[in-house]
Amino acid sequence: MFGELSHLALQQYWWIIVSLLGALLVFLMFVQGGQTLIYTIGKTSMERTMLVNTLGRKWEFTFTTLVTFGGAFFASFPLFYSTSFGGAYWVWMLILFAFVIQAIAYEFRSRPNNVFGPRTYETFLLINGLLGTILIGTAVATFFTGSAFTVNEMNQSQWELSSHGLEAALNLHNLSLGLAVFFLARVLGLLYFMNSINHVDVFTRAKKHLIYNGIPFLVFFLTFVIWLFVRDGFAVNPYTQEVYLEPYKYFKNMVEMPIVFILFLIGVVGVLLGLGAGILRRDCTKGIWAAGGGTVLTVFSLLLIAGFNNTSFYPSTYDLQSSLTIQNASSSHFTLTAMSYVSLLVPFVFAYIWYVWKAMNNKPIDEDEMKSEDLHVY
Amino acid sequence: MLENIDLSLVNWSRAQFALTAMFHWLFVPLTLGLSFIIAFMETIYVKTGDQEWKRITKFWMKLFGINFAIGVATGIILEFEFGTNWSNYSWFVGDIFGAPLAIEGIMAFFMESTFIAVMFFGWGKVSKRFHLTATWLTAAGANLSALWILVANAWMQNPVGMKFNPETARNEMENFWDVFLSPTAVTKFLHTTTSGYVLASLFVVGISSWFLIKKRHVLFAKRSIVIAAIFGLVSSVMLVATGDGSARDVAKTQPMKFAAMESLYEGQTQAPLIAIGLFGKEHDDPMNRDSDQEFLVKIEIPNMLSYLAFLEVDAFVPGIKDLVLGNEQHNIMSYKEKIKRGYEAQQTLKAFKEAKGVDEAEYERLKAKFDDKEWVENYFKYFGYGNYYDPNPEQLELNAFKIVPPISLSFYAFHIMVILGGHFMLLFMVILWLVYRKKLESNKLVLYTALWTIPLAYIASQAGWIVAEVGRQPWVIQDLMPTMTAVSKIDTSSVMITFWLFTITFVALAIAEVKIMVKQIKNGPKEGGHN
Repeated sequence: MFGELSHLALQQYWWIIVSLLGALLVFLMFVQGGQTLIYTIGKTSMERTMLVNTLGRKWEFTFTTLVTFGGAFFASFPLFYSTSFGGAYWVWMLILFAFVIQAIAYEFRSRPNNVFGPRTYETFLLINGLLGTILIGTAVATFFTGSAFTVNEMNQSQWELSSHGLEAALNLHNLSLGLAVFFLARVLGLLYFMNSINHVDVFTRAKKHLIYNGIPFLVFFLTFVIWLFVRDGFAVNPYTQEVYLEPYKYFKNMVEMPIVFILFLIGVVGVLLGLGAGILRRDCTKGIWAAGGGTVLTVFSLLLIAGFNNTSFYPSTYDLQSSLTIQNASSSHFTLTAMSYVSLLVPFVFAYIWYVWKAMNNKPIDEDEMKSEDLHVY
Repeated sequence: MLENIDLSLVNWSRAQFALTAMFHWLFVPLTLGLSFIIAFMETIYVKTGDQEWKRITKFWMKLFGINFAIGVATGIILEFEFGTNWSNYSWFVGDIFGAPLAIEGIMAFFMESTFIAVMFFGWGKVSKRFHLTATWLTAAGANLSALWILVANAWMQNPVGMKFNPETARNEMENFWDVFLSPTAVTKFLHTTTSGYVLASLFVVGISSWFLIKKRHVLFAKRSIVIAAIFGLVSSVMLVATGDGSARDVAKTQPMKFAAMESLYEGQTQAPLIAIGLFGKEHDDPMNRDSDQEFLVKIEIPNMLSYLAFLEVDAFVPGIKDLVLGNEQHNIMSYKEKIKRGYEAQQTLKAFKEAKGVDEAEYERLKAKFDDKEWVENYFKYFGYGNYYDPNPEQLELNAFKIVPPISLSFYAFHIMVILGGHFMLLFMVILWLVYRKKLESNKLVLYTALWTIPLAYIASQAGWIVAEVGRQPWVIQDLMPTMTAVSKIDTSSVMITFWLFTITFVALAIAEVKIMVKQIKNGPKEGGHN
């Protein structure tokens, strides 16, 4: 089946999968957003326990999606992995540390004898929520703004700035996406609290804070998108593979791939609907689904315009011809074929996640559940 | 060529990876084995409805959770470090190595993370049977994760199923099944996972013995011991069998590692196995053709090494010097020759790249070499050796001796692992015998031995990985890529900073983990709530 596809078709298929994983990752960052709001929304110890626990039952999905996103990127576009990870060392290391401290924070936070006290572990969660979202947003923005690296004829890469990735966080366009992701994650976190916790005060406070986070999100998101649509993009000549700058490239990609544009618009409307419903409707608990679905579609379409339609998805501003495209950075035809068969498992993975999510979230968390002796509580 | 390598960058990068891998491996084996032990216990609970079994299950599950978190935290570091610190490696082998990593994510990690949530938070929310299924699927997920990363590791030890593509300057997969089912991958997976089962069994037996010593939760402790000791004994038998298979595989695919494990400088037929050995003066530094190993103590089993390696007592086991200097009688090509051939392969690739777009005929001629099976088998096979080339024959010989792994570390790690493995199997047998005779509770010596065997299990487990990873040096990909050429070109100071950041983080995490774990153990199963 997959073996008969052309190498380019397989490269496109894998770009779609990687984009989808990236999109799901941003949605699942509601966990990170929620972690930055524990003290804003939780005013009592019990409220904070409920917040931590509702996020604590989902953090592993986000974490696993991040790991799989990385693994899938490594497997399908190894030149990106070697160039970006090996070059933008500090950005990836900071993201890494932010996730390492998250992984133990939930389990250790409420255990007796945990040495550093619950506040330390809650601070770990805060750091993860802050750095994880802003830096991943910033790193992804370099797909559009470029980085300073070269790749030699042996496909060995070298970063040309000694700041090794930290420079990405100083670029305002990158930062606008980083901050948009940060506030989006907070909006999603608030909507998730409203959905999964049965507590009047938590609900009311979360609702109130939606507007405080929704407005900055819109400001940063619109800044990023408008800037993206008017800036020069990194186009690839499909015949010579030469990379050159083309005015309005990313906007043109949207127009030339109308389905992607429609997905993008539906996504944005979804996020606005979820946000609006959360703010305006009285007992709305379902806003997370519209906003979450919208997030997936928006991020998915943005990643598609980064890699499709003869575009370099990881451009080099230092040497345009070192830029990475889905064609020059990918794995071989054989490997992409073999992995494509494995990708057929993805619908099954979604199916059991959905089933388990439903079984576990059937009844929202409440105070009684947190006092239960029979359950594992963070 | 060696003078172009920044050795301090290589060494710091290695130190960071070794630190992370060893720290990660403190937690993984317990996860692998304890997940099954919990599944056995919960199965008995569901079958019998006996609440004591539920209490037992939940106690071990709590310890599993504490251990699991830190395993996850350290696992992601390894994935990142393949790219951040070993970027040349990630490109050179990404076409093969990346695939198992992605499959691991899709197949195993999601299964593990989805069902672990049911395991911990699903009591009373889902049916008993669904909960039990989730526990089993968590165990399956954890072990599947181990499968894929071990397939990737095995490929690095014994690269098969691929072909070098000069256009992209990397190895590309040609046969997935050759990679997945290579004998190295199969034995590595079985040996590593069963070592995890043995460690977890010793952990459960040791802690339960402590309860028996303290005369607390006696029924809980005895039941836990029975389950863990049976699982441990069965796993020990498998561990020895797969260890035997693994040693034979190493003798065939990585003879230098095999020689280092036994500190065998001169090859011999009817080679004896050193059961116990203590080194005297270290060999000359740098190693040369006159080097040898002095022993203070050496107890040997005659003919055993030849038999272990090739199932024949008369078989010739090549020593370090046979491999470096060659041995015509036994048809062993010297490292010196391999270096020359590897160098030629590297020069061919370089010329190929230079001819591209300049001299089409030359370009096609050189390209054809990489498709020529004979040339690949006789020259490209030794590609990585080319990095040790020197036109001066004397220097070339000295360089050839640099392709020898650290001997004493490989030797001691191997022997510690084997001796402790024997101790573990014996301990399980004694414990089960005493359980059968209803005399375990009164035998303090065995109970204390079981308790103090917990740290030994960790030592054996770490020693196993030291044999595997130190023993294959200087290769990151056997014969194809030396570790020194695999690193990312970053400042050594950056790696030094992250090395120390990791060290501080790991020490802090280890202290917290141990203190939390000890407290939970002391609380015992009765106070097994979240307090």
